[in-house]
Amino acid sequence: MATLDDLKKRIASVKSTQKITKAMKMVAAAKLRRAQENAEKGRPYSEKMNNIILNLSSGISDKENAPKLLSGTGEEKVHLCIVLTSDRGLCGGFNTNIIKKAKAYFKKISNEGKTLKIITVGSKGYDQLKRVYKDSIVERISFKDSKTVNYLDAEKVGKMIIENFEKKEFDVCTIFYNKFKNVITQIPQEQQIIPLKTHEVEGNSSDDNYEFEPDEDEILSNLLPKNISTQIFKAMLENSASEQGSRMSAMDSATRNAGEMVDKLTIEYNRSRQAAITKELIEIISGAESL
Amino acid sequence: MSEEFKIEIVNPEKSFLSKEDVTEVVVPAFEGEMGILKDHISIISFLKPGIIKIFSKSGEEHYYVEDGIVEFKNNNLSVLTSSIFNIKDFDKDKISELLTQAEEYSKNSEITDQNKYLVDQKIDVLKTLN
Repeated sequence: MATLDDLKKRIASVKSTQKITKAMKMVAAAKLRRAQENAEKGRPYSEKMNNIILNLSSGISDKENAPKLLSGTGEEKVHLCIVLTSDRGLCGGFNTNIIKKAKAYFKKISNEGKTLKIITVGSKGYDQLKRVYKDSIVERISFKDSKTVNYLDAEKVGKMIIENFEKKEFDVCTIFYNKFKNVITQIPQEQQIIPLKTHEVEGNSSDDNYEFEPDEDEILSNLLPKNISTQIFKAMLENSASEQGSRMSAMDSATRNAGEMVDKLTIEYNRSRQAAITKELIEIISGAESL
Repeated sequence: MSEEFKIEIVNPEKSFLSKEDVTEVVVPAFEGEMGILKDHISIISFLKPGIIKIFSKSGEEHYYVEDGIVEFKNNNLSVLTSSIFNIKDFDKDKISELLTQAEEYSKNSEITDQNKYLVDQKIDVLKTLN
């Protein structure tokens, strides 16, 4: 059995860990509120964008000549996967869940004999994927320096994807991120952004006849690259809210576990203290009796 | 009969402006300035750098935009833009900063015709503001 001193030290160390996890939970909670607000504020933009694109693409009669971002290259050989993760750890299963989802997809792709290319956004994703998929990772991006999610970052990623697409580096592009449902549930998502799956775009198509200025094709080819950036931005917003939520619940349970541990250790400490006292008493009494 | 309609300007980060009592909006559409009144036909167009003028009962407001998309439908005007500034908050430093950036960009020899046209527009607008 551990000595009294050892127990005392352990209790102190668990308590200080508990303090840290508690502080991290508080910070995560504050950040979560802001991230959630941002995610909600960002929604109208992407929703409107989706609606406009939906209206436009349903109006296109000539499917053959539709922009390639919408209709695809006609092939499905090279798949580009964008895996969005966080830059920091200690957020429970947040990163692991995304990676798990992505790995399942990667496996499917390689079983079908197609080429896989990966772009990781956020350093944790790179750390987890580099062991197995090092050769497939073409680019790693990290926004460690920007405090909050901003559109310029998303636009950078978007532009890079478009450039690669125009160079015909890939045929299909999918993004992986966590969708924020509530603090305890985040759902890992896979979303195909090139070619755009119009039937997956939510919203109600209308039969309104729009007037276009300039013509539909030009608007669409101007709009689709923007939509890529918007989708990535949306994913980044959802991700950051999910990250904070996931961290908050992880830190909450860590704090609780530490509390339980302190209770257990304190009981053990008290027991052994009492045992020591009893032992001493017995020694004194039996010493006195023998006199 | 009321002559008012609704406008909503959103940028990726938030809903920038929302007004219900707008009587007229002038947007810098790609092929020239376009005034929109109530019961305009449904239209989609994209923007070039310029000034959005919003006329409402509470007065006139001006915003500088660099790009974006406008959609007008059922007396709802939506403007999606990633770069919008209220002219009132625009100070000289900010303008000259944007101006220098734009001028540098236009000197780039690999620029496409369309981008050249857009950046020239931007320079013109910024110069008038300055």
